Amino acid sequence: MDAHALEAALRPADGEKCVFDTNPVLNERLTHYCPGCLHGVAHRLVSEVLHEPDLAPRTILVAAVGCATFTYDYFNVDGLEAPHGRACAVATGVRRARPEAVVFTYQGDGDMAAIGLAESLHAANRGERITSIFINNTVYGMTGGQMAPTTLLGQKTTTTPEGRCLAREGGPVHLAEIMAGLEGVAFAARCALDSVAHVRAAKKALRRAFEVQIQNLGFGFLELLSSCPTNWHMDPVTAARHVAESMIPVFPLGVFKDKAAAPSGKPSDAANESEHTAGGAADA
Amino acid sequence: MKDERILIKGNEAVAFGAADAGCRCYFGYPITPQNEIPEALARLLPERGGQFVQAESEVAAVNMLLGAGACGVPAMTSSSGCGLSLMQEGISYMAGSHVPGVLVNMQRGGPGLGDIGPSQGDYFQAVKGGGHGDHRNLVLAPSTAQECYDFMFRAFALAFKYANPVLILGDAIVGQIKEPVRRMPPSDAVPAEALIRSTASWRMEGYGRRGPDGRPRLLKSVYLAEGALAERNRLLAQKYASMRAECAWDCVQTEDADLVVVAFGSVARIARSAMRSLRRDGHRVGLFRPVTLYPFPAEALAALAPGRRFLVLEQNLGQMVEDVRQAVFGLDGPAKVLWHGIMPGLFASADDVREPMLQALGEVR
Repeated sequence: MDAHALEAALRPADGEKCVFDTNPVLNERLTHYCPGCLHGVAHRLVSEVLHEPDLAPRTILVAAVGCATFTYDYFNVDGLEAPHGRACAVATGVRRARPEAVVFTYQGDGDMAAIGLAESLHAANRGERITSIFINNTVYGMTGGQMAPTTLLGQKTTTTPEGRCLAREGGPVHLAEIMAGLEGVAFAARCALDSVAHVRAAKKALRRAFEVQIQNLGFGFLELLSSCPTNWHMDPVTAARHVAESMIPVFPLGVFKDKAAAPSGKPSDAANESEHTAGGAADA
Repeated sequence: MKDERILIKGNEAVAFGAADAGCRCYFGYPITPQNEIPEALARLLPERGGQFVQAESEVAAVNMLLGAGACGVPAMTSSSGCGLSLMQEGISYMAGSHVPGVLVNMQRGGPGLGDIGPSQGDYFQAVKGGGHGDHRNLVLAPSTAQECYDFMFRAFALAFKYANPVLILGDAIVGQIKEPVRRMPPSDAVPAEALIRSTASWRMEGYGRRGPDGRPRLLKSVYLAEGALAERNRLLAQKYASMRAECAWDCVQTEDADLVVVAFGSVARIARSAMRSLRRDGHRVGLFRPVTLYPFPAEALAALAPGRRFLVLEQNLGQMVEDVRQAVFGLDGPAKVLWHGIMPGLFASADDVREPMLQALGEVR
């Protein structure tokens, strides 16, 4: 069943009120994510932002490597695969070739903050009109629970069996704050997916992270604190509590930068900053 | 574009050729001896509405190429030696997901940081795949600045015809030599618009561009379902086999030759000078110059084997010689393959290769 047929089938009958609906940007395929994983919530938020307004038809997703490798299987948008860590470089190529597209990457903490830190920071610094969604769950999920650049101090992983030690492995990388310090970044924020209130705030931030791209203001970055019940060895509820009690104190939530916070009637800077993509390389 | 000859370096000829062939995006990181390519394209592409990006590394550059190629846009990168080593992962992904792109390697001396002089030490890396997994690049080896210009047209045409990476394998001499170049598109040049049109069935663009019935697309190299990767590899093998139609080579005075020198790129020019002087002294020497290094023109070479010997001249420790031996292996007749290597880091002259050629002739007699 394709997305449009699915939507029609689920439309409420007379007298029924729709309180929660599918949206056609996420398809009906079962995900490979573990029970209790918050990737599903993040996917849903991205799909809502791409559906209202209808951005999906001109969206290109650049998937990463890690648990997010198969992101493209779930979104009804054009998608391609990037080598581990290189999503922002691939997205740069896509952006330069297709100036009219909406381009986003969806990357885990190992992908974006370890192996791909250079590509991520430089794409951001160039102000590429890309939106990057950064899922921080403090652990390498796909490979079985090794230390991530965002692993908390003291956190036990399969490669930090005694717990992460500042003197030995360094401290957790705060990517949202680093991103906010780069000139080309138009929006940088950190949100969490552990509670309804936080999910609502995350959606708002996600919308801004896409809007700055569409408004030609520069790079949009959103870090989402997520959970990994499997590799944390916790049930989903405990894992969500762990996000609130152990992660948020280390990774403060908030908007660290928003160039578009000024009223939208000031496009002068935007015009200058988007000059490098004005020509575009794609066919007519 | 007037029909005139301009005095430019091989590297500049690559840039002019790329721009005239309709390249829309360049991504690259500076490295000697190929810097004239990005420097020229930094002016040429924006003038034509194209995109020039100085990447933060060769790793980033090749992945930008992957992204632009996935959008069905003629795009390229260029580098040398170590830079190509860094690009191999991305090249493998391009091959695995059928993404076109042109890469230029103006080889420098290696291994390691080596030097910035000429070398053909990246032959194996270029023609055997270079990255992980089974993959092949189409490889063109220019030996003049004119070919640097002309081959860019062929490179883009082949990249889009096969949806595959195409590698231009030059070296420090080919890139730095300054020669008159006729800046005219070859008669068989494929317009960039036609290249772009040919990607309509697979490129990334947003499904809305494909009309009301447009459906999302996916470009990937990962195949986890049972048998899926094997099927993918079968497809790739078929594609590589079909590339044999692109074999190209150049024969100089091979008809009556007792000894055929096999050399490519700048070394072929050095060999040709030595060959001319030996011809003047009455020695029957010919030259076989592979123009495509992959696919290697093995059949054409094998056809020369009866009654002749081969001397492989190359600037490395012995790489192309393996393909030459493979080409003539088991053939009847006295075909015998000799080899002489010019060490990477040397600027060889015709005199330097005259002696090994004479020795090879001695063995013929």
